[in-house]
Amino acid sequence: MNVEEMNAITARRIVRHNRWTGYRVLLAARLKEMFREPEVVFWVFAFPILLALGLGIAFRDRPPEAVRVVIVQQPGSERVAELLATAPGSQQLHVVQQPPAQANQNFRLGKFDVEVLPQGEGVEYIYDPARPESVLARSLTDSALQTAAGAKPAVANTSRINSEPGSRYIDFLIPGLLGMNLMGSGMWGIGFALVEMRQRKLLKRYIATPMRRGDFLLALATSRLILMIAELVLVLGFGVVAFHIRVTGSWAAILFVSCLGALSFAALGLLTASRAQKIETVSGIMNVVMMPMWIFSGIFFSYERFPAAVIPLIKLLPLTALNDMLRAIILEGSSLASQAAPLAVLCAWGGLSFFLAVRSFRWT
Amino acid sequence: MNQQVVVQCKQLRKTYEGGVEAVRGLDLTIYAGQCYGLLGPNGAGKTTTIEILEGLLKATSGEVEILGMNWRRNSDELREALGVSLQETRLAEKLSVRETLELFGGFYREARPVDEVLEVLGLTEKADAWVGKLSGGQKQRLAIATALVGNPRVLFLDEPTTGLDPQSRRQVWEIVRRFQAEGGTVLLTTHYMDEAERLCDYISIVDHGKVIAAGTPAELISGVGGHHCLEFALDADVPVPVETWRQLPGVGGVMSEDGHISLTVEEPHRTIPALLNLVDEHGWRLNQLTTRQSSLEDVFVNLTGRHLRES
Repeated sequence: MNVEEMNAITARRIVRHNRWTGYRVLLAARLKEMFREPEVVFWVFAFPILLALGLGIAFRDRPPEAVRVVIVQQPGSERVAELLATAPGSQQLHVVQQPPAQANQNFRLGKFDVEVLPQGEGVEYIYDPARPESVLARSLTDSALQTAAGAKPAVANTSRINSEPGSRYIDFLIPGLLGMNLMGSGMWGIGFALVEMRQRKLLKRYIATPMRRGDFLLALATSRLILMIAELVLVLGFGVVAFHIRVTGSWAAILFVSCLGALSFAALGLLTASRAQKIETVSGIMNVVMMPMWIFSGIFFSYERFPAAVIPLIKLLPLTALNDMLRAIILEGSSLASQAAPLAVLCAWGGLSFFLAVRSFRWT
Repeated sequence: MNQQVVVQCKQLRKTYEGGVEAVRGLDLTIYAGQCYGLLGPNGAGKTTTIEILEGLLKATSGEVEILGMNWRRNSDELREALGVSLQETRLAEKLSVRETLELFGGFYREARPVDEVLEVLGLTEKADAWVGKLSGGQKQRLAIATALVGNPRVLFLDEPTTGLDPQSRRQVWEIVRRFQAEGGTVLLTTHYMDEAERLCDYISIVDHGKVIAAGTPAELISGVGGHHCLEFALDADVPVPVETWRQLPGVGGVMSEDGHISLTVEEPHRTIPALLNLVDEHGWRLNQLTTRQSSLEDVFVNLTGRHLRES
């Protein structure tokens, strides 16, 4: 080695890194990669919002529809029509007079819910007991007619309307969508990223450097938590703003449960991806794992509809535990302490998956 | 040359599950400042050997010592000291060149400044381009850059120029020479004889998991029996025995293949007239006659009877 070469070595500039530099660069790279992937942005952010919007509109609370009444034109029909027009609550009735043949025909086609046939001083109702709206129409029309003619109720009564936020379908749906989203992005986000890196031989390349393997997992978990906060704010925030969902529980409890859910499903994603060599393999495994939860864990409808015998099993699924906790805290204002059983289920899934994943993980 | 041993491996063996013996008793000694080449056909055990040295595979038996350390006791220090480029790593496509180097540099306690590495590898203009948008040659330079950014003392390159166009190959060679000139030690595998010949100070030819010949390129070539290669094809009524050619003056070796005869000779000016006389005397017709410098390809063919590319 000559002097010039020695100088070249000593002149080389060096940047010193600390204990956490590796973690920091891994996290930065992971986040950049995630947000540069248009699919991630769509599935994680746009998809749940579109789903909530679509379902929220389809199942929105409509003002009660007027019942459709046809009066058969014959002597006495004018009097019935006048009585109905003056009855209290007549805005609920949509009343039309038609000649007998036409009235019969239209009732049969379902254009009217009830047909009223004047009979001297009284009336005859023609209705279909198999159609709930027809039964309702008969009852409403009769009550309107009786009241208008001066009948007094035998039992005094008053009514109050209650359709406040909390019991609507959208209230049930939003926490379920949040749970589904945390499951999906945890599993796809971690599983796909890992298998892709393995397929590209990037994991192998990483372990040929001094990278700390623990830092690698920690950076993955952190990236999940950051994305989780975005999902939480977006889905729940959308529910609050667009559908006036009332969050009754504490935000700290919601955040805690969401973190736990995100990490548990990330661990499950890590497990499914711990050995798979191909994207196709891991996506197959993930669908098998997630399918039962999409059906049973009460995302779109309550699992109480399933036979009582299988409900204890359904409650052992991690997504059921997460959805139950989110609903209890968001809708009922339950405390974390009251959620011991689902908390234990979720922790057990996360902990066990992580343990098995780390034991069987392949870098090459 | 400084005679400090940087890499030493003795009787290295690797038998994969299923009984495939990839490496069967391989020895090598690499000195500081050397560019050492493992030359051999695909499947010769080059990648297995280099991955054992990189600490990515465990040897079935044998000893490996790098910079006086070994993988059992000093794996962390070794990873700090080595720079590695694997065969076929596809780096993340949606990170930029600079971000990729910042990532890899961040793994090392002491790293080279990213801008400096970009400059050295001629990637400054592409610093903000996504990896997915780079050409094959640029990607390969980036792969080597991820090895250099950790400021390694030893560089392991597995097939660094496979699949590259001639210009990109020369750029890679230039990077290796520069690293060597700055005092670094390099081990590379290749199945390109010209690459080994031009770039390496010392070469081990590997076949079926063993070193079948080792030496400087010049030593290996002179071992064939001559520095020149005389090739011709003949129109003859009867097959000519190989011995006929061996008896010509100055012939070190004879290869006969599909009617093409190849002689390794030290002094073509003595052999050629004798050959022409012989052909004339017998009334044969010479279809083709060329002379060229002997190459490592001839060394390999001479040792194994096969060409590098075909095995």
